[in-house]
Amino acid sequence: MGAWTDMAFILVVVLDLFLLASSRLGAAIRAVALQGALLSLLALLLTGSGHSVGHMLVVAGGAFFIKAVLIPWLMFRAIREMAIRREMEPLVGYVPSMILGGVGVVLSFAFSRGLPLPTNEMHPFLVPTALATVWTGLLLVVSRRKAVTQVLGFLVLENGVFVFGLLLTDFMPVMVEAGVLLDLLAAVFVMGIVMFQINREFASLDTDALSSLKD
Amino acid sequence: MILRALFQIGILLVLPPFLLGVVNRVKAIFAGRQGPPLLQLYFDVWKLLQKGAVYSRTTTWVFRAGPIVGLAAVATAGTMLPVAGQPALFTFAGDFVLFAYLLALARFATALAALDTGSSFEGMGAAREVSFASMAEPALFLVLVVMARATGSLSLSGMLGPALAPAWRAAAPALLLSAIALFVVALAENSRIPVDDPNTHLELTMIHEVMVLDHSGPDLAFILYGASLKFFLFGALFVRLVADAGIAGIWAAEAVFVVELIGFAILVGVVESVMARLRLTRVPQMLVGASVLSVFALVLLLR
Repeated sequence: MGAWTDMAFILVVVLDLFLLASSRLGAAIRAVALQGALLSLLALLLTGSGHSVGHMLVVAGGAFFIKAVLIPWLMFRAIREMAIRREMEPLVGYVPSMILGGVGVVLSFAFSRGLPLPTNEMHPFLVPTALATVWTGLLLVVSRRKAVTQVLGFLVLENGVFVFGLLLTDFMPVMVEAGVLLDLLAAVFVMGIVMFQINREFASLDTDALSSLKD
Repeated sequence: MILRALFQIGILLVLPPFLLGVVNRVKAIFAGRQGPPLLQLYFDVWKLLQKGAVYSRTTTWVFRAGPIVGLAAVATAGTMLPVAGQPALFTFAGDFVLFAYLLALARFATALAALDTGSSFEGMGAAREVSFASMAEPALFLVLVVMARATGSLSLSGMLGPALAPAWRAAAPALLLSAIALFVVALAENSRIPVDDPNTHLELTMIHEVMVLDHSGPDLAFILYGASLKFFLFGALFVRLVADAGIAGIWAAEAVFVVELIGFAILVGVVESVMARLRLTRVPQMLVGASVLSVFALVLLLR
């Protein structure tokens, strides 16, 4: 049981590194979907004796449906309908971004012990995984050119926040967690609309085009 | 004792070409061909040993020394690798450094021989080989350091010995990550498909094959045999790391070890069949990825 939880956390981090290295949009979306599925699995694995099982089932099921099924489906649909080029088009190259990601992972695993938490930590890998995933998401948002890939980075960032939220499931009422999930969904919708707009105005999803809007 | 040593040397010297035969057979089955016989490499080596060598007038002794030094270095490295749970023939603290650098010495000798021909084509191959090797080396070393740290031993025999099974129970994620990194390094070092195609003689994509174009006769036999030996070494390292069966009897352990090695060859054949060759610019990325994975494994162990 403990070994499986370890493996799930490690796999989440390895998927972070894969996302930074992958050049194919489809592979990256599938990786994010797999990461979401792993997170819902983690929510179940981390259910202690003190939690209400039904509550955790709702959280895990909701996370699985939204993170692993719905959002990847929406993104694939967006790619198909708008005929987006299936490459990541990074501003920072793959090797430098992978090295940056590796540095972030190493730092978060090395120093997370030193971060005091109000709760007693549930699992030694939980905080470093959350930090590494948030860091990866930030890197992806900043260093990828197209709007779709930035949405992808934002999803990874949200995954990191969700991992951190697992720490607080004891205290967070259902509403707050539903809020987290809805927040994510809303963000994707908003960005989807934005993407449509950009696509319609400029026939391109390149956010560099936004900086040429000056009069 | 002497019998066991002779047996270990026997496995080390006899088995390697067969493994490459297995890889080629798997690739042939995937492609729907019949493929060369499993023992083809033995026939090739035997045939080449019968022939005379042709030396260009521009080459010096460096060119002639290349294959000999290369084969000798790889074979010496092989004596440090424990086979099937038994300690290696030579073992001392820190022998993994010598192991890694004997492999590097073999590469150095091959690259020098390629440069000695004065052909710009072979120089290009040498440049590629060395630049990729410089990225594979940190990954290999990090993997070895992870193993040393997990087992608390500084020799290859200790790392892959009885201490490995408790280390797997204590630090499975770290060892698994380093095993993946080791597999990537093995593919790169042996110029297998995601990095280099061992069959191609296409100018733009060749890495390793291009360096040996000027060798002929016994020299080429040494190079082919040395390459299969290197494949055997990485395969042995990998299967000992991931599949430590822990069987007591020497002969049973040796048999399991040989079966595991054949499994490794089949795995490599499947990878070669289902994957396309990476663009040259993507190869460093894969090797850096392997390094990052093993750094991550090391951090998991150290925290």
